[in-house]
Amino acid sequence: MKGFGFAAGAAITAFFVGITIVAQFWTPYDPAALSIIDKLHAPDWHHWFGTDQLGRDVLSMIMAGAKNSVGVALLSVVIGVFVGVPLGLVAAARRGATDEIIMRGNDLIFAFPSLLLAILITAVFGPGAVNAIIAIGIFNIPVFARVTRGGAMQLWTRDYTQAARVAGKGPLRISVEHILPNTAGLLVGQATIQFSLGIIAEAGLSYVGLGAQPPTSSWGRMLSDAQTLTALAPSLALFPGLAVLLFVLGLNLLGDGMLRRERSA
Amino acid sequence: MTLLEIESLSVSIGTVQIIKNLSLAVAAGEILGLVGASGSGKSMTALAIMQLLPLRARTSGTVRLQGQILTGMSESALCGVRGRDAGMVFQEPMTALNPLMRIGDQVAETVRLHRDVSLGEARRAARETLELVGLDGGHGAPDRLPYELSGGQRQRVAIAMAVVLEPPLLIADEPTTALDVSTQAQVLRLLKQLARARNMGLLLVTHDLAVVAEVTDRVAVMHQGEIVEQGATRALLRQMEHPYGRALLAAAHLDPKCALLRAAGAAPVLEVRDVVHEYPLRRRSLWHSTPPLRAVDEVSLEVHAGETVGLVGESGSGKSSLLRIILALERPQAGEVRLCGESLSAATGSVLKRLRRSIQVVFQDPYGSFDPRWTVQRLIAEPFFLLDSPPQNAERRRRVAAVLEQVGLPSADAQRYPHEFSGGERQRIAIARALVTEPAVIAFDEAVSALDVLVRAQILQLLTELGERLQLGYLFVSHDLKVVRSIADRIYVMKEGRIVEQGSVETVFNHPRHPYTQSLITAIPKLDG
Repeated sequence: MKGFGFAAGAAITAFFVGITIVAQFWTPYDPAALSIIDKLHAPDWHHWFGTDQLGRDVLSMIMAGAKNSVGVALLSVVIGVFVGVPLGLVAAARRGATDEIIMRGNDLIFAFPSLLLAILITAVFGPGAVNAIIAIGIFNIPVFARVTRGGAMQLWTRDYTQAARVAGKGPLRISVEHILPNTAGLLVGQATIQFSLGIIAEAGLSYVGLGAQPPTSSWGRMLSDAQTLTALAPSLALFPGLAVLLFVLGLNLLGDGMLRRERSA
Repeated sequence: MTLLEIESLSVSIGTVQIIKNLSLAVAAGEILGLVGASGSGKSMTALAIMQLLPLRARTSGTVRLQGQILTGMSESALCGVRGRDAGMVFQEPMTALNPLMRIGDQVAETVRLHRDVSLGEARRAARETLELVGLDGGHGAPDRLPYELSGGQRQRVAIAMAVVLEPPLLIADEPTTALDVSTQAQVLRLLKQLARARNMGLLLVTHDLAVVAEVTDRVAVMHQGEIVEQGATRALLRQMEHPYGRALLAAAHLDPKCALLRAAGAAPVLEVRDVVHEYPLRRRSLWHSTPPLRAVDEVSLEVHAGETVGLVGESGSGKSSLLRIILALERPQAGEVRLCGESLSAATGSVLKRLRRSIQVVFQDPYGSFDPRWTVQRLIAEPFFLLDSPPQNAERRRRVAAVLEQVGLPSADAQRYPHEFSGGERQRIAIARALVTEPAVIAFDEAVSALDVLVRAQILQLLTELGERLQLGYLFVSHDLKVVRSIADRIYVMKEGRIVEQGSVETVFNHPRHPYTQSLITAIPKLDG
């Protein structure tokens, strides 16, 4: 059962990553090409997912939108990892006041409702993919700092970190040589979960118009555009919605599976 | 009527047969010891009785408890049997309890699972059982949480959970292995009393023959999944027929090492002078400051080259704090540690790095002392970090191979990972790591406590040989007096942060002066009691 969830998650994730890569080179139609004559086609053999109110091919837009979602979510995870992990390692290695300052700083960020503050940031600095990445990335920092610190604290009680100290190594070197490699499994699992949350956050920001700007395709904006046409063409909202749902589900199954394996190991 | 009857039980996991055609019986009120080395299948037998084997295990044969056949019984019926008809106590008291639940509630939960009683009644039964196992008032009150209790007290809680429903059979799997000697003696006495008072059958699984001699009526010796010998305890311990039983018996008789004469007047390699270490305690009152806990209270000791010094004390006696100071992991608040004539406790930077080469350590847990992601080569070479110009490539490999050979492992093992080795082999690797910088002193922190008797005897033998050949000073920190007696030349006994007695092994063991030392020595389980 556990193995099935993990495998299904891995398969779904691989499928969407594959689509993202394919969209880099090829989509069935140009996702930005307008063709008013072809507007609001129901799904058929030419347009598998139909066309929107401007005659753009929905399948092509979803494929191109995957590129945008994956890019934003991935880069925001990278920000979280590169800032959060070192903070967590330092907090666990130094303890005391340093730990206290870092963790209370984390609590400060956690205290804000993340999506609201992301909206504030993009509203102040202007909408766009880059600002969305930064806004989502900031909220990944405390998550990675906590996971890293938690894993590291446990490892610091192991005798091998003591043995490394007897071998004259300082806390920084032990963190890099012993602690980080042994928390890597936890971090990869967490990164997968954060990646899925990033996709939801990006869709949310685009939905309110603060994500990637036209003509870049984005799942969130496709949903908000389809909203007014729900009665006329329900499939317009269905497909981007399903894309977000499936991708997030797949990533969560994958991440949970990895974390479970790591904990039982 | 026989309480527990096992008939031709076989268990295999995959293609490996773990228990072979085992037959065993326990009568009501009888204490049966099941003895064997780790991997002999004794714990699996205990699990098989409770039908708690891993799902992949295939079993044949029958287990009969009070006439009901447990093998092949449905899981829901088994849930009724476990706890009510047979209780179980495990080795590790730290993990057997739920850390977030009050101990009284944990015991009461067992009652409520099996009997339709009110919470109040269950709590009353829990409190009575906790009192029965010696946890009353003070530290043992039912509203305590597990972290507030010592290891021995937690094991008592685990025993309370197992016996609260007055099961006719109790299975105890290495219940005292994780405890220190005086706690061990108390827990064993408690188990024996319970079995006698309630006419309860007790199956005691252990690797320690001395424990068996102390408590049991009958013994079964297990080796590679089979019972190779069984009989009345007294008679069997006098004469074992099977070669494995004999080896086990010989290893259990750790005889005092003949004391070597030290070159008089030579300066000690390790010298500890009036070391004090205090921990601040949480303030209890707004108006009165809480005095700090003196974990180490003006302790002095010395270790000479080629000499083995035992440091004995129970958990909480301050021996671990002292060891951390000796290893320069912490600084003493007063006093001094001198290594090879230089001050280690005041050293910093490159001086500290140079001095660290002369003192290395072997830890207790053969599983936790290695980074699981590193090869043995890299692990053993780690202390080379202390050298100003560490050996590289071929030279590095040659020196690692050399120390591996010294501890009796093939040099090809350098390419393997720690999980590929047994506990005893890992402890050899740990010794190899300690030897690699050619130190003057090696500290052993309970280094053989986690090993079973045969392996322990081999490691002690190895240490004695290495110590004499390389003229190493050993500081052997342990709660196990028997082990210390077999390896040490001199002994320090530590209690509540102070050294209460010191002297040569013979003097301390034959004429202990301090009442605490006397109680420790009488608490050692004896083979010929």
